[in-house]
Amino acid sequence: MTKLAQWLWGLAILGSTWAALTTGALGLELPLSCQEVLWPLPAYLLVSAGCYALATVGYRVATFHDCEDAARELQSQIQEARADLAHRGLRF
Amino acid sequence: MASLEVRRSPPRSRRQLEVRSPRRDKYSVLLPTYNERENLPLIVWLLVKSFSESGINYEIIIIDDGSPDGTRDVAEQLEKIYGSDRILLKPREKKLGLGTAYIHGMKHATGNYVIIMDADLSHHPKFIPEFIRKQKEGNFDIVSGTRYKGNGGVYGWDLKRKIISRGANFLTQILLRPGASDLTGSFRLYRKEVLEKLMEKCVSKGYVFQMEMIVRARQLNYTIGEVPISFVDRVYGESKLGGNEIVSFLKGLFTLFATT
Repeated sequence: MTKLAQWLWGLAILGSTWAALTTGALGLELPLSCQEVLWPLPAYLLVSAGCYALATVGYRVATFHDCEDAARELQSQIQEARADLAHRGLRF
Repeated sequence: MASLEVRRSPPRSRRQLEVRSPRRDKYSVLLPTYNERENLPLIVWLLVKSFSESGINYEIIIIDDGSPDGTRDVAEQLEKIYGSDRILLKPREKKLGLGTAYIHGMKHATGNYVIIMDADLSHHPKFIPEFIRKQKEGNFDIVSGTRYKGNGGVYGWDLKRKIISRGANFLTQILLRPGASDLTGSFRLYRKEVLEKLMEKCVSKGYVFQMEMIVRARQLNYTIGEVPISFVDRVYGESKLGGNEIVSFLKGLFTLFATT
């Protein structure tokens, strides 16, 4: 099953469960407090997912490691390499 | 003339050699190049240094796609300096793309492991012995360098670039759940037969090609290890990540999402 298919299946199952419960299609009588929570749940989950995504990406950007040392090391190695290669007869 | 290689340990006696495995591992580095006249000698020098210091058996296969800046000429000089058993030149007439460059290079690779990397010095050969160590440690089919985990990182990226990179990676992780933290990275070690198998199956181009390799590898139940690497981007200033690239990345991502 492709990832897309997995997502569609998951959404279909959750969606139909939610629809069934909120429209009372299964003939279940849920207490009012449950119904009040259930009804806006998809919107609430969507907003939560959005917040999670923003927070996660924000955190990862903030902690993205800057390799200053690597850049410096590379620079000095480039000098060393050019000198050695010229010594071995490379015409740049 | 053969290269001057420094072996860390003194030559072993014949008897000891026969007790070890009869066939040493050999690592073939595939270096597709296009207009890398400046960088090619440097990357080769760094590769030779890393391999020699670690006593690793290697070859470097340079696949130049008819670069107009004289890259091929520099490659020929390097072959003379380091020997044609270490530097193999397999050029092509014109720019034909990365995937086909790998296929072309692999046909001539005599190693049992293949390393792919960029020739523009963004990937540092000093990580290759770590890749090899990691591969042995977990008997992995693939070892991938990651910029996003451990003390992996990047130099030369501004805030915008970092946001795009992390955002794209986040989306990729959510949609594809690939089991590897850096999907668009192209600094990897493969068992040769694994890379051959994957090249047969992959069809995309550019960033997406590298992503597809990992996704297909997972489908085929290959094991993937990761090593944090530092990515020193010296070209970002000249070639900014434009809207076009982002759009084609998204198209490729959604294609993989819908087809794998």
